[in-house]
Amino acid sequence: MIAQLIRAAAPKPRGAVVALAANDEMQLITIAPAAARARGVPRLVRRASGPLLLLLLWHVLSVTGLLPDTVLAGPATVLSSTAELLASGELQAAIWTSLYRALTGLLIGGSVGVALATISGLFRLGEDLVDAVMQMLRTVPSIALIPLLIIWFGIGEAPKIALIALATAFPLYINVYAGIRNVDVTLVEAGRTLGLSQAGLIRHVVLPGALPNALVGLRYSLAVAWLALVFGEQINATAGIGYLMSNAREFFQTQVIVVCLVVYALLGITVDLIVRVLERTLLSWRPAFSGT
Amino acid sequence: MVAAAIRVEATTAPTAGSALHVQDVSHQFKLHGEPLAVLERVNLQVAAGEFVAVLGPSGCGKSTLLRLVAGLEPPSAGRLFIDGELIAGPHPSRVVVFQDPTLYPWRTVWRNVALGPEAQGNLQAKRGRVAEALKLVGLTGFENAYPHQLSGGMAQRVALARALVNDPQLLILDEPLGKLDSLTRIAMQSELVSLWQNAGFTVLLVTHDVEEALFLAQRVIVFSDRPARLKTEIVNALPYPRHRGDPRLAELRHAVLAQLGLDATW
Repeated sequence: MIAQLIRAAAPKPRGAVVALAANDEMQLITIAPAAARARGVPRLVRRASGPLLLLLLWHVLSVTGLLPDTVLAGPATVLSSTAELLASGELQAAIWTSLYRALTGLLIGGSVGVALATISGLFRLGEDLVDAVMQMLRTVPSIALIPLLIIWFGIGEAPKIALIALATAFPLYINVYAGIRNVDVTLVEAGRTLGLSQAGLIRHVVLPGALPNALVGLRYSLAVAWLALVFGEQINATAGIGYLMSNAREFFQTQVIVVCLVVYALLGITVDLIVRVLERTLLSWRPAFSGT
Repeated sequence: MVAAAIRVEATTAPTAGSALHVQDVSHQFKLHGEPLAVLERVNLQVAAGEFVAVLGPSGCGKSTLLRLVAGLEPPSAGRLFIDGELIAGPHPSRVVVFQDPTLYPWRTVWRNVALGPEAQGNLQAKRGRVAEALKLVGLTGFENAYPHQLSGGMAQRVALARALVNDPQLLILDEPLGKLDSLTRIAMQSELVSLWQNAGFTVLLVTHDVEEALFLAQRVIVFSDRPARLKTEIVNALPYPRHRGDPRLAELRHAVLAQLGLDATW
């Protein structure tokens, strides 16, 4: 009887419907909107056709000689060059070096950013001490610090990692801080009446509440990590993808430059994919708009 | 050989609830630097196991009184006692159900209800109580649902279960049914009464719904406009279960509306 009352009066949330089974028990049934189902040509094929056409055009321009190799090598040359670089092991070594730089920088910068955001998010004294400084520093473009970093750290690995760390600290700081400050105060009060201690509130209410923003910050940080990596590797690199590129520039090997660009892009996509998976698993509780 | 069988029966005998004593409590907020008196010398006694409703015009400070009783804020002046002890902060024996369900969106229904025992560190011992509380509010089978999958009424039931699992001595209800549709509200009013009768805790309910206050409570405290002062109290000795169509309820309603200066609408 009560179940029937609720069913009649309750608004139905998108994607989930409360249905009344024959035995008068409520059940949750998830219904996918019609728009989410495939129609006609598979979506993947439709989306892949654009890039494939572009690739074909590039190839045609190359083989007809309209696009000389000295300007931009064609896809065939790029492919064979990739095979050569892989066979010699140069490409793998370069990828590992660059990946190591990006991730080390992100780890250092990200930890500092998250730690500072937690301090200024949770404590008013921390906010007064940290936030003004961070908001001021973040207006300085990190790339502009390269000369200073070279003076401080020389031209080895240190300035490259320092640059990435500096660049990645800010997006995480800003988003984690905003996430903590946006936690619904009523959720905190409800937690207090349930007997949560200060530490319990932080662990069970504040940090989970800040998680969506933190993941947004992580994605931004990763994006700027690649950017900083590209710039950082222009500093007298003796290894890594940037080194491969500047070498290729010396010898007008446009095919190697293209390979390196593709590798940068692929690394970026892979890492972004990892964050998406992370979001999907950690934020599975969120009602997401699935598009129409 | 006869093995001695020792049986430990679960002792979940209904408790008598806590007695509340509000003594000369005044409270003020700062608004644009100006003090704004919200409560003025409020005195109130609630006996153990009693169901008391606080009624008053919108924004008069009813909810502020509940916040003080919950221990979320200290009063500007005066003292509040629970069973003779000064209220110094929040405690799960005085748990609040707010107007909004305030569920944790990242926790399933089960984990929302289990948060109180988890905070106390006795979740293992209270697993059964969590299931029991969910059954009590009619949500068995929804343990793994997330709050966004629930309707407003279901979410508020989860909030109620989350309060009940702590075995409250004083249940503080801050317009808990205020945002529900009228059908769900009627159903849940009757459920609240039977929960209170079975568990035997004290209830302090804030509402702006005259009919709800009279249908549920044994005593209705009417507050004046801000700063809230105790205006009258109406004792409703009608036995439970009450019936909405009872002409005596209608009479009481007339009296309360008169107190609120609204008897022209009768």
